[in-house]
Amino acid sequence: MRIIKSSEIRDIVAALCIEAAYNLPKKEIKLLRAALNKEKGRAANLIRLILKNAKIASKGEYPLCQDTGSTVVFAEIGEDIHIEGNINEAVNEGVRKGYKEGYLRKSIVNPLLNRKNTGDNTPAILHLSIVKGDKIKLKVLLKGGGAENASRLKMFTPADGKEEIIDFIKQTVKDAGGKACPPYILGIGIGGDFEQCAFLAKKALTRNRANSQKRYTLLEKEILREVNSLGIGAQGLGGKVTALSVYVESAPCHMASLPVAVNICCHSHRIKEGVI
Amino acid sequence: MKKLLLPADKESLKSLKAGDEVLLSGTIYSLRDKAHALLLGGGDIPEFLKGSVIYYMGPTPARPNKAIGSCGPTTSARMDKYTPTIVKKTSIIGIIGKGERSAAVNRAMKGKAIYFLAYAGLGALCAQSVLKSEAVLYKELGAEAVFRLEVKDFPLIVCQDLKGDNIYGGIK
Repeated sequence: MRIIKSSEIRDIVAALCIEAAYNLPKKEIKLLRAALNKEKGRAANLIRLILKNAKIASKGEYPLCQDTGSTVVFAEIGEDIHIEGNINEAVNEGVRKGYKEGYLRKSIVNPLLNRKNTGDNTPAILHLSIVKGDKIKLKVLLKGGGAENASRLKMFTPADGKEEIIDFIKQTVKDAGGKACPPYILGIGIGGDFEQCAFLAKKALTRNRANSQKRYTLLEKEILREVNSLGIGAQGLGGKVTALSVYVESAPCHMASLPVAVNICCHSHRIKEGVI
Repeated sequence: MKKLLLPADKESLKSLKAGDEVLLSGTIYSLRDKAHALLLGGGDIPEFLKGSVIYYMGPTPARPNKAIGSCGPTTSARMDKYTPTIVKKTSIIGIIGKGERSAAVNRAMKGKAIYFLAYAGLGALCAQSVLKSEAVLYKELGAEAVFRLEVKDFPLIVCQDLKGDNIYGGIK
């Protein structure tokens, strides 16, 4: 049994929040460079500016975006680990520390009654899972409000299939238009139940490699092609690249259902991971 | 690339056309959801907003010796509910934000105020044009306060001009 102090979790969460807010992942930079080659005129210039913004932010004075998001934390806890202290508190302490020390915006408010800001961007949205081994793997995703607002979930039925699903995804992206900072990264959840489907869509945004199931790799490519045929482009001002990438996650569902969730992420796909 | 200096006369505002890239210099005011709700929920409309340019934005905290933190635009459509009344009550001459707006807003702004796009999701880049920022109203709201911003060569795109031509028109 490996013992991990909760302060280690706090410190790594804080560091990942700051890292994510200032440094666009290399993979996103690569996708943007590829997008630049496909575009011309204003659309190309807008992609160039996204890359320029990333360069300015990487100097560590100005975050990539003023909306430093809800803090979504995926924690995979090895079963051979004992945590000294409380993991929920440790993660929130980490968010508190990271947002203060990183000069990040605190955007979390009470939902309805007074919309009062919690003052430190807590509580984080924490997803815990138990895995084999004696490590803790943490992924921190900073998720902006504009793109989250444009996300949708629909409960299809078994009479519907791929065509209806793709139409729904395209309609969701069309409705988002230029409002949620395209070019987008799309997390798609297919299956599960109502809340698992939304979770899958969010989790899809944390994946950094190809889908392990070939049929879903093909589906991701097809969705990307279809979404890019919309011609929305950077800033919604027209272009070939409306989405930079599409990730699908799936789970078995009830025989009466076919839930589909589309979690839209803006071009500032701020995700970082660390291991303890 | 056109330049616009605030305060601006009617002629220079009229010369801006949908699709033009503009560098804006002068004083602008940030205004987000909550400030709109408070202003229209019985708050007095402050004199400084009248005839001004407003910016849908809530910044990250400024680091020491910096004028502001990251400060790109937020989604304009969230303000659609308030905009026709704000345009009427404040006689603003311009709004800066990101993304498409409702037909009702486009109609309400036509002939009265220009709708500009700031570069969406590029808060670090936008910050390079801000010389000074100060919370001047609803300071207790933190990032949602009304900030007075002094900007120089702030890069924008004219989305809807005074004639009502709108660059999003073509792709819907």
